Amino acid sequence: MMHLTRHPLDVAELLAQVHGPERGGTSVFLGTVRDDGDVTGIDYSAYEPMAFEEIERILSEAHGRWPGSRVMLQHRLGVVPVGEASIVIAAAAAHRDDAFAACRYVIEEVKKRLPIWKKEMHADGTATWVDPSGKPVAEGIRDR
Amino acid sequence: MGKISVRFFARYAELAGCTWSHVNLDTPTTVADVIARVREVFPGTEAMPPQPLTALNLRQVKLDATVTEGDEVALLPPLSGG
Repeated sequence: MMHLTRHPLDVAELLAQVHGPERGGTSVFLGTVRDDGDVTGIDYSAYEPMAFEEIERILSEAHGRWPGSRVMLQHRLGVVPVGEASIVIAAAAAHRDDAFAACRYVIEEVKKRLPIWKKEMHADGTATWVDPSGKPVAEGIRDR
Repeated sequence: MGKISVRFFARYAELAGCTWSHVNLDTPTTVADVIARVREVFPGTEAMPPQPLTALNLRQVKLDATVTEGDEVALLPPLSGG
């Protein structure tokens, strides 16, 4: 399965990837595009080869920290409408503590390390880059 | 002189006016020197912060990282994935 896709995310498919008889707990994190007022969607762009390698490194770290776990993620690129998922992470482990911990680890590292950028699309046709604190980038960037 | 690939993303691509280019510098050099040259060649990138996030050959690096001919330096706006 590819880590980056321009198609809607399929949670069931990701769950099937991490499922196994020796893993009794599975945790799923789903990030969806939120309407912060007049937002209709978010256009996600990436430095794709680096994002792919960084995802591989993050998943490998999770598997090392929680031996026996299996974690997968998919991040969507392109325009994602409000209410649809931009990222899904599925983490399965023998017990729930490890599944929750591995899932949490992966989303936090994704936020810190993945070279992916958000551009909010507004109802009036304008668009703004978003900075990591969630605020639109200041003056001069709002454009059509 | 060595040729170094430079990539711009998201807002920085808008500032630079392109997503990909190259600069020529005496090599080996540093990421900081590559960025200084980029600011000369692409005046719009002066609006980047003094120490932008950078990647060298697909890995995040600090500004003192060594750059040699053929390397790819990427200038990354604040990350906002997820």
